[in-house]
Formats: sequence, C-alpha cells, structure tokens
Amino acid sequence: MGKMNSKLKFSKTTKSNMITYLIVAVAFVAVKILLAGGHMSSLMEGLLVPLCIYVMLAVSLNLTVGILGELSLGHAGFMCVGAFAGAFFSKCMKGAMPDGLRFLIAMVIGAAVAGAFGILIGIPVLRLKGDYLAIVTLAFGEIIKNLVNVLYIGRDGEGFHFSMKDSISLHLGEDGEVLINGAQGITGTPHDASFTVGIILILISLFVILNLINSRDGRAIMSIRDNRIAAESVGINITKYKLMAFSISAAIAGVAGVLYAHNLSTLTALPKNFGYNMSIMILVYVVLGGIGNIRGSIISAVILTLLPELLRGLSDYRMLIYAVILIVMMLFNWSPKAIDWKERVREKYFSGWKGRKGAAGQVSEGVLSKGKGGK
Amino acid sequence: MSFISYLINGISLGSVYAIIALGYTMVYGIAKMLNFAHGDVIMVGGFAVFTIVSTYGLPPALGILVAVVICTVLGIVIERVAYKPLRNAASPLAVLITAIGVSYLLQNVALLIFGANTKSFTSVVSIPPLKLAEGKLMISGETIVTIISGIIVMICLTLFVNKTKAGQAMLAVSEDKGAAQLMGINVNGTIALTFAIGSALAAVAGVLLCSSYPSLTPYTGAMPGIKAFVAAVFGGIGSIPGAMIGGILLGIIEILGKAYISSQMADAIVFAVLIVVLLVKPTGILGKNIQEKV
Repeated sequence: MGKMNSKLKFSKTTKSNMITYLIVAVAFVAVKILLAGGHMSSLMEGLLVPLCIYVMLAVSLNLTVGILGELSLGHAGFMCVGAFAGAFFSKCMKGAMPDGLRFLIAMVIGAAVAGAFGILIGIPVLRLKGDYLAIVTLAFGEIIKNLVNVLYIGRDGEGFHFSMKDSISLHLGEDGEVLINGAQGITGTPHDASFTVGIILILISLFVILNLINSRDGRAIMSIRDNRIAAESVGINITKYKLMAFSISAAIAGVAGVLYAHNLSTLTALPKNFGYNMSIMILVYVVLGGIGNIRGSIISAVILTLLPELLRGLSDYRMLIYAVILIVMMLFNWSPKAIDWKERVREKYFSGWKGRKGAAGQVSEGVLSKGKGGK
Repeated sequence: MSFISYLINGISLGSVYAIIALGYTMVYGIAKMLNFAHGDVIMVGGFAVFTIVSTYGLPPALGILVAVVICTVLGIVIERVAYKPLRNAASPLAVLITAIGVSYLLQNVALLIFGANTKSFTSVVSIPPLKLAEGKLMISGETIVTIISGIIVMICLTLFVNKTKAGQAMLAVSEDKGAAQLMGINVNGTIALTFAIGSALAAVAGVLLCSSYPSLTPYTGAMPGIKAFVAAVFGGIGSIPGAMIGGILLGIIEILGKAYISSQMADAIVFAVLIVVLLVKPTGILGKNIQEKV
C-alpha cells in the first residue's frame, strides 16, 4: 500500500484477508438462499449456529496456538465463563430492556469477563512454556468448570445472594428466584442466537484477529513465537504481548460462549460442552486447518462439523476420525522425514510453482522455527 | 480416627498416582515430551484385566500378566508410530499435539469396542480387610495391596535405574542424548525401553486403580493420568524419587480435600496445587534448576 494515488492496489495480505471475508460472506448468502428455497433439512438448520460458534472458537484458538505459539488446552473454559456471564446477564435483565440491546450487552459482558479471566489466568500461566503451559491451561479449564458447577446465585427483593453449597443456603425471600443453580446451571435463557448474528460475530472476530496479526503488535507477538530470546533482546515486552494475544483469544471464545448460551434454553457446564474434550475438538480444527492459518481454521471447522452429520453412518466414528486426523496431520506436517519427502515431491512435479506460497504459508511456517531458537 | 483412615486412603491413592507418575517422569526425562496418552494406557490395562477376569473367567494373576504385556507392547508401538517420527520436529508442540491425538484415539477405540456404559470391575484382591483399634479403623485389602505394590515398584525401579546397565543408559540418554550416542548407547532402544517400562507400570496402576475404584469406562484413565502428571511436576519432573513423593502427597491432598473441604471441588484443589507449585517452585520439590542458554 503506502502510495496515495494507487488506491485500488492492495497488498498481498490485504488481498488474502479480503478473500477470507469474502468466503464467509459467500457462505452466508449461499445458506440464506438454501434456507429461502427450503432446501435445508431441519437438522442442518439446527447446525448453523453451532457452526458459527465452532468457527469463532477455532479462529480464536488459532490466535493462541498459531500466532502466539503456545498450546492452550483450556479454551472451552473461557467459552464457559463467557457463556455463564452472558446468560446470567440476560436472565437478570429479561424484560427490562429491548431484546436486541440486551443480547448485545450480554455479548459485550461475555467478552469482557472472559477477557478478564484470560488476563487473570494469563499472568501466572504465560510465565511457563510449552508442556507446562498446556497442562496448566487444561487445569484452569477444569477448575472453571468445577467452580461453575458449585456456584449458586439467587435474587430476591433484597438483592443478589451467593452460595457455594446449595440453593437452600442462598436464604432467598419469598419473591426470590434462583438464577444459577449449581450443576443444574441456568435455565430459561432467551433464545436470541441466529445464524445472521453468528456470521456477524465471525466477521467481527476475523476483523479483530486479522488486523491484529498485520499490525505492529501482531508482528511483535509472532516474533515472540519465532524466537523469544531474540524478541526480548530487541526490547519487546514479552508479557504484555503474550497477555494481549491470550486475552483477545479468550474474549472471542467468551463471545462464542454467549452465542452458545443463547442458542439453548438450558445452560449447564458438562464435560461434554465445556470440558477438556471440547478444547481438544477446537484444537483439531486448528491443526487440520493449519496452525497459524486463520482461513484454514474456518474451513476445517465447517468441514469437520458438517462431515459427520452429512455421513450419518459415520457419526459413531466421529471422534475416532478426529483422533486419526490429529495424528496423521501432525505426522505429515511436522515430521522431518515427511517434510523432506514433500520437498522432494514438490521439486520433482511442481518445480515451476515457485511463487505459490501465500501470506498464509509464511505464517504457518514461522511456527516451525520455534524450537530452533531455544537450543 | 477418621483422619487416620483418610490419611491411609490418601496414601493408597497416592501410591497409584506415584506409579503412574513414574511412567510420566521417566518418559519426560528421556524423551522430553509429555506423554498425554499415558493415562489412557491405564484404561487399556483396566479393560484387559476386565475382559480376561470378568468375561472369560480366568484367574486374576493371568489377567494382570496379559494386561502388562498388552500395555508394554502398546507403549512401544505408540512410541514407534506416533512419537519417533516427530522426535526431531522443529516445534515442541508437534509431539504434544500428536500425544493428545493418541490419547483421544485410545479412548475412542475403547468406546467403540466396550461401549460407553460403566463396567463394574471385580477387584483382583482377595485379602480380607484389616481391622484395627477394635474395629474403628478398617483398612481394605485393596488399600494394603496398593500401598505394598507401590513400595515394591519404587524399590525395584530405583534399583533398576541405579544398578543395571540399561538403567544407567537411561540416565545417560536423559542427561545428553548426543553424548550418550557417542558413548555407544543405543538411544532409540533406550527410549523404547523407557516407554515399555512406563506402560507396564501404567498397566499395574490400572489394575490397582480399578480394584480400589471399581468403575471402568473409556475415560477412566484420563483424569488420573492428568493428576499423576501434576504429581510428577509437584515432585520435580524427570526425578524418580520426586514422582514418588509427589504422587503420595497429591493423593493425601486429594483425599483430605475431598473429606474436609468439598467433594465436588477435589479436582479443582489438585489442579490448584499444580498452579501454586509452578508459580512458587516451577522445578518441583526435587527438580533440578536448568538455566536457559541463548
């Protein structure tokens, strides 16, 4: 870019980002046309909002894993925090303000609370590296799920009551109402989520993440990933940038959680939705799409959500397929022998394709050099 | 009296954690990787014994033997197929993510074979409970066997590592892979041996765990596996005595936390221990402090 007179000339990254936005927009229009024509089964219709949620989760986890270069296994925990914060607000304010405004504020609250948790957890966790960081994020995810399951909040004429034991020890008045009922969670969250809202949220998340990656801050974050010591020695504030990436990633997961909460009438924290398995599932999306490749995450989240549903016979094997994908993709992409082999194949058959590496390729390759710097 | 009984239960659970943590810590020390699938090898051991004892009605001793053999082979195969190709990968995340994949694969294969229903595991221990202090304090046979097995495993492993050639080779490889290779040590073989021993220990831990807590599902191994990792970190990862101490302390903390704080929060308490340890002394109780070189 740079030059003022050539307005229509975009840089390579801008073009790449435009394509990403365009893919989402085209998908939205295509789905809307299908819906209007009645070509979509009710099962598929029900999948649209979860699809948006998974895309947001995958894209936000990719910010931590691909751009920051740290493995987080507690992403579902942030989603859980966002979901409960948003649903709690919606339940409190039901009827007190217009639906649209309430949903909007719920999302902002979900993002803020999840982001705050991201900072809170990030401060101790980001001092660690690699395996330790992965296991501690996992631990935090489990702690959050555990805490939510013993949290009781009620409201009566006198105000809010908290308890960590059971709903009776809230000592509510006669007009009291239990808002968060421990393991039973929150019931009666308004059903505000829709596919359109989901797509808008995806576009906003993409806008935030893609702009972050291509900014000065984003380059600082990637330099930490590529070589922490070198980055530190040129004066990059490691803690600040790590926290920045981590909390933005958490906040987007929080918004995805709010969307999740407003898509179901009952919100409970189970191992299935907010547990370790969920975090792994998101990681599978990121790995299949390419670590560090944002567009890849979107595509793989869509494919992996739709595929088992389209091939009904495979739904029993869904998780097994995920596991195999995870192992095979990692072996194929990261094993030194496989990399050599791919290089040889490329030279032999595609030697004319030298300029075929886009901006996305550069990002994912940056992760590769991570280990070299430390040795 | 109840405190002593909780304490004994804690030591029993801690012994299981210690045996699992030994597998973690040995593999971590030698391959510098977190073997996420270790917990699921425990589950495989449990199902092997379950199939042989409950389904075919064969004696428990045979079941344990078969479980150990199956898990040992499984450990070696996992290392060969999934971890070895990535040993020299540029990013340390690569092998970690693959290990998560293996863990997931084992769980889901077990899910397809055995179904999601909880199987009730018949205890392999037939020792009557020990009554102390006029029947006020009862120690179950499982608890006694678990604690004794834990002690035997720890003694054998310490002797093996310090007194045998293979054990010394392990120490050498964990210290410096390159130098060990120059000294004529078969590095690949030693790493495979470590995985084999770790997995055999996981099988033993699986049998003990399922005898004390007799419900078996494809996810049985995941949580104890992660907690044992916490124990390994607590004791200082890479250190064998550290894993023992860490395991037993963690077992006691968990049982006492369950009894006196909140039973629902037991997992959260264990994980909080991990976070505190990592913040205060990241190298654990017996870990070595490694300086980072540029």
